[in-house]
Amino acid sequence: MSHLLVAESVSKNFGEFRALNKVSIAVPKGSIFGLLGPNGAGKTTLIRIINQITMPDDGKVFLDGQPLRPEHIKDIGYLPEERGLYKSMKVGEQALYLAQLKGMPKSEAKSRLKYWFDKLEIGDWWNKKIQELSKGQAQKIQFIVTVLHRPKLLIFDEPFSGFDPINANLIKDEILKLREEGATVIFSTHRMESVEELCDHIALIHKSNKILDGKLNDIKYKFKTNTFEVGLQSINSQEVLSDIKKSFEVLPATFKNLHDDIKLNIKIDDKTSPNDLLSFLTSKAEVHHFVEVIPTANDIFIQTVQSN
Amino acid sequence: MTFLSPLIMIALIAVVSYLSQINNDKKRTISVLDETGYLTDIFESTENTTYLKLNGLNLKDAKEIVKEKEDYGLLHIAKVSAVEEINDNIKFYSEEAPSLTVISGLERKIEKKLREIKLQEDGVSLEQIEASKIYIDISQESFEGEKSSKIDNVVKLAFGGIAGYLLFMFIIIYGNMIMRSVIEEKTSRIIEVIISSVKPIQLMMGKIIGTSLAGVTQFAIWVVLGGVLLVIVSAIFGIDMAQVNTPQQEIVNQAMTGQNADQAQAMAENILTAISNLPMTNLVIAFILFFVGGYLLYSSLYAAIGAAVDNETDTQQFMLPILMPLILAVYVGVFTVIEDPHGTVSTVFSFIPLTSPVVMLMRIPFGVPLWQQGLSLLLLVGTFILAVWFAAKIYRVGILMYGKKASYKELFKWLKY
Repeated sequence: MSHLLVAESVSKNFGEFRALNKVSIAVPKGSIFGLLGPNGAGKTTLIRIINQITMPDDGKVFLDGQPLRPEHIKDIGYLPEERGLYKSMKVGEQALYLAQLKGMPKSEAKSRLKYWFDKLEIGDWWNKKIQELSKGQAQKIQFIVTVLHRPKLLIFDEPFSGFDPINANLIKDEILKLREEGATVIFSTHRMESVEELCDHIALIHKSNKILDGKLNDIKYKFKTNTFEVGLQSINSQEVLSDIKKSFEVLPATFKNLHDDIKLNIKIDDKTSPNDLLSFLTSKAEVHHFVEVIPTANDIFIQTVQSN
Repeated sequence: MTFLSPLIMIALIAVVSYLSQINNDKKRTISVLDETGYLTDIFESTENTTYLKLNGLNLKDAKEIVKEKEDYGLLHIAKVSAVEEINDNIKFYSEEAPSLTVISGLERKIEKKLREIKLQEDGVSLEQIEASKIYIDISQESFEGEKSSKIDNVVKLAFGGIAGYLLFMFIIIYGNMIMRSVIEEKTSRIIEVIISSVKPIQLMMGKIIGTSLAGVTQFAIWVVLGGVLLVIVSAIFGIDMAQVNTPQQEIVNQAMTGQNADQAQAMAENILTAISNLPMTNLVIAFILFFVGGYLLYSSLYAAIGAAVDNETDTQQFMLPILMPLILAVYVGVFTVIEDPHGTVSTVFSFIPLTSPVVMLMRIPFGVPLWQQGLSLLLLVGTFILAVWFAAKIYRVGILMYGKKASYKELFKWLKY
């Protein structure tokens, strides 16, 4: 698999403070790449380096195999976390201006804008000023401006903040559609459920260092704890419970179900297979619920950051 | 606003002149009770002021009468034995405090008359007194035969002053505009979107150049529109702008009566010759160069300030170091250049880059050697490049800094990022 963006051992200092320490990432073409990390970890610095807003002190960044050049700005669409628009400028005028800054000819920008405005059903906003719009409405404009010039690489920093659930979904669908059309997406957020939903790959940055990266599924596999969530029913549940506790490591579990007496998280060791556990359980009671506990992105995030 | 401003200015001028006209049009009656008899003949009623001579009344009755009639006031000159004592025995009674103009006018009239009386007492005839009024205007000529006069100097001062002041105003108005627009981009958080498309230095230079072009356009519109409107307004309202006199001017005019028409004619001619004597080509070229250089230097500093702060209230601590040299330049220009355009102080300040644009522009009408102008310009351009480099550094870092209170120490650190 080829990579659209490769950062090789990128470092950046601000005075005494080391904001990035030899961070390397590789973003596969056509993927949605989650760039994660606690506040102040260095994500924004890395994103700014990719956007050539800040120059790295050390290390190299390649876009499509070529070292980053000023012309690459038209291949990148960036939605910063600290974002805004000129408040007293008209929506259409402003969108045209920003598109032209990215090197789009005016006529093309106009027709593309028409397309997007129709798509998001905001055609009648063209002559409104930004200050007349609500925050969510302004965010829609901001999103359109980011993707308008059909960049190869899209960088979204907290794209859903300020959106209501309906519009957040709308934007999420658009991001997925853009990916289908061939765009590669770098996605930075603190909302782990959207990481879960969208990302194929993730990289975790903590205290200026990259501490984890790879395919989300691979990482999850690495972090699995061989734990199974189990729901059982039996007449003499106390007895069953103590039998299980004798053979396995058991934690209480909470999940919704119709009529379970016993809800447990059961951890098995490497020698035991899930089938062994299941046959053990069926011999003791009626099994209504049997699911492997997959670590969530949230778990992985917290676990990794805390252990470092 | 662009089109409204000159309109408002003209409206203001019209209102002020209209008001002062109303004020002047007010008819006053001043009663005079002169018990000495010296001054009776000088109070001749004019269009606006009627002098009412109350002869033979005593002061008490006179006061009663004037009060009853609600006249403007009563001038009372008590009986004296000698002219010298009049000052101690003259009083103006009125309901409200009288206007300064009226009192000064009366004082001038009386002084003039008393001087004449005194001179006549000493045996000088009225004709002699008239004949003793001699006006002197020393004509000046350089050793090379170049003629000049006081008028020349006034014209030079006016040209230099206007040029310097224009630059000063331009820097303050449009420098602030640049600063505000940088702050606006920061507070609206659009800055990061923009600089992912253009380089910070491009944005900064674009902002400086764009704002200055907008400024020049605005100035041009003001001048043209203002001129047109002035003509229209004065035609409609029949207000002769030349006659919009302040009370002070009125007094001067009164004092100068008698030498008016011819002199005004001669003066106008002198001014025209003085203007044609100015080194116009040099003036225009130097004006453009120093104007552009000075403006760019200051505006890059303004841009840096805008980038360093989060809102306009925080700009104060950085404004002072910018405004100081600017104000100093205007002061040096106004006080020192007038006194001695080629003295040490003026010359030195016309080389120091932060003051040179204003001071040099004020000096040039008096004739400054080209090498001095060139050297000063060179220093200015050098400083400008340095300032842009410095401003660009601050700008690049500052526009992405939020919530951090910038101190000079902090700014110094940014230079190294």
